[in-house]
Amino acid sequence: MEQFDFTLIDWSRAQFALTALYHWLFVPLTLGITFIIAIMETIYVKTGNPEWKKITKFWMTLFGINFAIGVATGIILEFEFGTNWSNYSWFVGDIFGAPLAIEGIMAFFMESTFIAIMFFGWNKVSKGFHLTATWLTAIGSNLSALWILVANGWMQHPVGMTFNPDTARMEMMNFWEVLFNPNAINKFLHTIYSSYIVAAVFVVGISAWYLLKNREIALAKKSILVASLFGLIFSILTVGTGDESAREMANSQPMKFAAMEGLYYGTDHAPLIAAGVLKDDPIPENKDKKDFFFEIEIPSALSYMAFLDGDAFVPGIHDLVHGNEEQGIMSYYNKIERGKIAKQALTDFKIAKKENNQLAIEKLSAKFNDKEFLDNYFAYFGYSYFEDPHDIIPSVPFSFYSFHIMVMLGGHFLILFTVLLIFLYKEKLHQMRWLLWLTLWTMPLAYVASESGWIIAEMGRQPWVIQDLMPTMTAVSNIDSNSVIITFALFFITFTALLIAEIKIMLKQIHIGPNDGGH
Amino acid sequence: MEDIKMFENLALITLQHYWYAINALLGALLVFLLFVQGGQTLITRIGKSEVEKSMLINSLGRKWEFTFTTLVTFGGAFFASFPLFYSTSFGGAYWVWMIILFAFIVQAVSYEYRSKPNNFLGKKVFDGFLFANGLIAPIFLGTAVATFFTGSPFHINDLNQSFWDSPFRGLELALALNHYSTYINLSLGLGVFFLSRTLALLYFMNSIEDATILRRSRESLLKNAIPFVILFLFFLINILVRDGYAVNEQRVVSIESFKYFNNLIQMPVVFMMLVVGVFMVLFGILRAYLKHEYSGKGIWPTGIGTVLTVFSLFLMAGFNHTAYYPSTTDIQSSLTIYNSSSSHYTLTAMSYVSLMVPFVIAYIWYAWKAMNKKKIDAEEIENEHHIY
Repeated sequence: MEQFDFTLIDWSRAQFALTALYHWLFVPLTLGITFIIAIMETIYVKTGNPEWKKITKFWMTLFGINFAIGVATGIILEFEFGTNWSNYSWFVGDIFGAPLAIEGIMAFFMESTFIAIMFFGWNKVSKGFHLTATWLTAIGSNLSALWILVANGWMQHPVGMTFNPDTARMEMMNFWEVLFNPNAINKFLHTIYSSYIVAAVFVVGISAWYLLKNREIALAKKSILVASLFGLIFSILTVGTGDESAREMANSQPMKFAAMEGLYYGTDHAPLIAAGVLKDDPIPENKDKKDFFFEIEIPSALSYMAFLDGDAFVPGIHDLVHGNEEQGIMSYYNKIERGKIAKQALTDFKIAKKENNQLAIEKLSAKFNDKEFLDNYFAYFGYSYFEDPHDIIPSVPFSFYSFHIMVMLGGHFLILFTVLLIFLYKEKLHQMRWLLWLTLWTMPLAYVASESGWIIAEMGRQPWVIQDLMPTMTAVSNIDSNSVIITFALFFITFTALLIAEIKIMLKQIHIGPNDGGH
Repeated sequence: MEDIKMFENLALITLQHYWYAINALLGALLVFLLFVQGGQTLITRIGKSEVEKSMLINSLGRKWEFTFTTLVTFGGAFFASFPLFYSTSFGGAYWVWMIILFAFIVQAVSYEYRSKPNNFLGKKVFDGFLFANGLIAPIFLGTAVATFFTGSPFHINDLNQSFWDSPFRGLELALALNHYSTYINLSLGLGVFFLSRTLALLYFMNSIEDATILRRSRESLLKNAIPFVILFLFFLINILVRDGYAVNEQRVVSIESFKYFNNLIQMPVVFMMLVVGVFMVLFGILRAYLKHEYSGKGIWPTGIGTVLTVFSLFLMAGFNHTAYYPSTTDIQSSLTIYNSSSSHYTLTAMSYVSLMVPFVIAYIWYAWKAMNKKKIDAEEIENEHHIY
């Protein structure tokens, strides 16, 4: 096995996780509230009712506070691929770089141009122009999410590329395959829809507080109406896209799928664990050891979720590690062997190049163009870095709990929006203090659900940075771990200080309310 | 796209030149837009009263995101078109880029948060962040650009993985005072800093309706423009007389005397752009200083001149068979547009994306025009709902 500096790898991962999780505290609200604001402003322009203008401006003020810190925490994510994951940047830059550049050209400029009109243009441009700018800000921010999620989708399910042994990297063969990668499309839709829920919970939460305090009644009720409807529609759509994502995962990332369900042994008619408490990470070999302290199962539901067939076989962690001939599943042991053959071919190619051995170069180049070799050997290139298949299993508790927390909270939001709309319609919402308190305290849960989604997506993929092709440990920059430890600490301190500032400013503005106009 | 093959049939070498030029243009626009940073270091010098300071900050606050977005796009475009530069420079000169990034992180919240009640850190700290960003970003970015000519210590292995050959992670390029090239790097870093302040003064004169601010800006103009000119000339003369890194048809890199001077002679268009650019920069400054009725317009020639000058500097560094990111420790590891680029397919796909750029510039121009119909004045600052 090659020598890896695991201190460096762990701190690099910790830094990426820290910066990504911080950034994601602010992105979902931006993605969703811009549309909620655009809807509110549209009502204002259509009805001419100044109350709606006041409402629009109030939520816009809160959005501005959130947007600034989203930008601040976002810049590092783009550059971190280079600073901390430089081997990754070369290996996949030919594919991964393009969406990032398109994001900059297409989305960021749109967002930053029209946001200026949205904030400062009220008295400078016409009502129609201003409304267009508000919608374009929303579209721009969502477009930026599209491109980064296309890039992320490709990491989960690499498509549309080939390996070039000359440059030792993956090269793009089909842009449209990368863009319309089913994983990317599902990921994009699931991410933006669920972000709209976060924004809707944010709006109903603050509105509920106003109702509890018996102030800004009109603003609160109107905002709850718009946000609950918006939240309800996208809660339903989030279930749909989540379901699609699960199916996509069962096919392209079966290990992640097994880990998130705590499924050690594959079975047909696999049940879905609705809720459960895991025992310590059991070893897949130990068949007698029980996986759960307790669990609530829905019979055959997992088979159906994965393959739209209640009878279907869903492979467990054991099946993937040790293989399952009956089900035609290749073992990780076998994949490691094949990966090593592919890696040896690359090493031989590099030696032939150095020695200028034309015959060998031609022979090996042909190999890297041979479909049989690519499908049966090179497809497992990343496995060559491992000796023990047990190192290729993600953390089961992390995957299991983050997935189940996300799903349960998703259900909670859907019910909450429905109940809010019912009581609003019955004109009894103001009196339902328990419901208003519940709505208020659902706010942090929306963030928990959203972050959990990313934890299952990224932790469940480990140890891969590019599924099957590039292990995380080979992706880091060749730097000393002390530098990364220092920047980790700096990010932690800076982002935490900025987060405290953001929350304090936000709470103050909510306390001030819309009447004084805030600032 | 199936029928019209606009970029597909172009040779890889053409696409490499095209994309290097786009990155150069983005870099040039970025240097111009650093006027926001320059302005952030002038708030207390040009603004004495709270209203004056507020006018200055608000005039900059409506533009800062463009500088920021251009930096992000510059990084993204380099990643997409020359990923080996991205992995080598960012992963190698770790501390240089981290310091630049931290300077931008703290900037991004400061406008929005500085005057908000209950902002935790206090107005002075956020204003301090703006000043730090204004100081650090131009100096570090300028110094980094200079290394396109003076080189950096790194090597690349046969799997195209890069390794930085200095434990100081890029800081040595500005701090190793026993190397003459450090002074060349710093001269451009400090030159860009004074240029950004000069541009900021011209921007204030253009966008704020206030006699005192106008007067103070004009008084400060030469104090910043003269150091800029001296530092820039020092840099330019030095790179024109020094050895450069040439790359031949076999892609072997070698040292060539007067390489950058030769590049100017052999690329007359670049030479002309440089001369016109420098002339326009000086013309805008002098005209704004000498002719009162012209003072609001100086930003235009100086701004366009800045873009032309920096653009031609980048082309001097990378066109005409030149290694644009030379290695001082292993010359054959030097990055050229040939050995560091994306594949033909990706550059082609990205070239279609680049067709959107004129459209983007058009809507930015249209939106700005709508917003800038009237200059910022004290009255607007007092009545504005969203204020920094």
